[in-house]
Amino acid sequence: MTLKLPIYLDHNATTPLDKRVLEAMMPYLTTDFGNAASRNHAFGWKAEAAVENAREQTAGLIGATAKDIVFTSGATESNNLAIKGVAEMYRDKGNHIITDLLEHKAVIDPCKRLEQAGFQVTWLKPDRFGVVSAEQVAEAITDKTILVSVMAANNEIGTLNPVAAIGALAKQRGVLFHCDATQAVGKVPIDVEAMGIDLLSLSAHKIYGPKGIGCLYVRRKGPRVRLTCQMDGGGHERGMRSGTLNVPGIVGLGAACVICRSEMAAEAMRLTGLRDRLHQTIAAGLDYVYLNGHPTQRLPNTVNLSFAYVEGEALMMKMKDVAVSSGSACTSASLEPSYVLRAIGVSDDLAHSSIRFGVGRFTTEQEVDYAAAAVVRGVKELRELSPLYEQAREAQRSQAQA
Amino acid sequence: MPYSDKVMDHFTNPRNVGSLDKNALDVGTGIVGAPECGDVMKLQIRVDTDGRIVDAKFKTFGCGSAIAASSLATEWLKGRTVQQATELRNSDIADELSLPPVKIHCSVLAEDAVKAAIEDWKRKNARSDASTAAMEEAKRT
Repeated sequence: MTLKLPIYLDHNATTPLDKRVLEAMMPYLTTDFGNAASRNHAFGWKAEAAVENAREQTAGLIGATAKDIVFTSGATESNNLAIKGVAEMYRDKGNHIITDLLEHKAVIDPCKRLEQAGFQVTWLKPDRFGVVSAEQVAEAITDKTILVSVMAANNEIGTLNPVAAIGALAKQRGVLFHCDATQAVGKVPIDVEAMGIDLLSLSAHKIYGPKGIGCLYVRRKGPRVRLTCQMDGGGHERGMRSGTLNVPGIVGLGAACVICRSEMAAEAMRLTGLRDRLHQTIAAGLDYVYLNGHPTQRLPNTVNLSFAYVEGEALMMKMKDVAVSSGSACTSASLEPSYVLRAIGVSDDLAHSSIRFGVGRFTTEQEVDYAAAAVVRGVKELRELSPLYEQAREAQRSQAQA
Repeated sequence: MPYSDKVMDHFTNPRNVGSLDKNALDVGTGIVGAPECGDVMKLQIRVDTDGRIVDAKFKTFGCGSAIAASSLATEWLKGRTVQQATELRNSDIADELSLPPVKIHCSVLAEDAVKAAIEDWKRKNARSDASTAAMEEAKRT
């Protein structure tokens, strides 16, 4: 079978639309265009029915009930709503928030803003694999703590956090637990009841759905979570998020969730196989390759590797037919290397040499083999150009002679 | 990040990759940058007795723009005198490669590498000039 280039191995950045999701959305992009809030005619009723159906489907993926789901424009908005919404609502109860250094900017930046507004924020430091433990959270909780926010899976290195343990602890101590599950949902099982999660963020475009839509799960029982709404104007979503609903987007999100729910177990196995095949082939062909992230407690599709003595952006240019991303400073506008890699103690030079691979639903073995070969070739060619590799080999030679 | 054709050309076909003997008297070696910054350039020149650069080689750890900047520098140096080489400015490199603002520092590093290589050569040859002069002086007395 002919390989279609370029190959996409950046599924943590975004995912293509599944055909089945597009199919589900089409009527609402064409003939069934009604506003779900139009109470008085069939156009509205049809739209509303579609939305409520999608709400059930979305809830079903995370073990919630439909009424707990608030549709948003995506996980960034959900994170903002959760963090700011809780902070403002529970201000009288306390002013302390616990989160960690590995969170997505969509959690870090709202927390920073609250810090500036006078809230106390504890930034937990993960271990060298990127894991935030329940014990760490326990130690940090005070009688002023109103929220713990810890992600289920890290987007850069794929490490999975002990969400159920953190949830149980938070429940015990009477503190709300928000989980940014954007990268985890659809890849590993998430159950808000079993895991003691009170608020959860997710985005459709990470699970083969459309961009611009996501949701915030808001617990209604045990306890009932209240939020200060961040988007005023009309009172949609039970007053928690005003704005005309993105009906086609919502339908897409629902369809994506249904597919994930039924295919997740088999897909996780397949992805793990592809991920490990990619990693092993690369490691067999090169020296000085290092894994960033937990060796086993990791998303089935993610592998983040550092290739010593070679810079990430240059490597991506060498592999121009393979789409990936890098933690190198050269790829960021700020010229700072990845803060995630820094936080887990990866040295700056290895951070500059890192590449993140994310396989996905439509990735084939052929693509993985092509990519692995491109990586090995690219690294070898760049090491020929690298004064650092030259130094390392010289050092090795003189050590061997000594 | 979209690169200029010239950067892509130098990246795909880098000129003068390699090493000269850093202990040779006619070779100047400049190593600049730091791995923690994601940029290290090693640039070497071989200078003949007339002060003309007859060979130049480079090795770079860095992004496509950094590799292109150092490759271009070695191309530019060959055939020029050491004196002319001191006149190379990072802006010459940046303009030739159409570097965007965020990549200008790569051209600055290349200029620094050239200067460091020249300094190294001068230092080695001043020492040898001085010792040659001292030996002649000793012979006369």
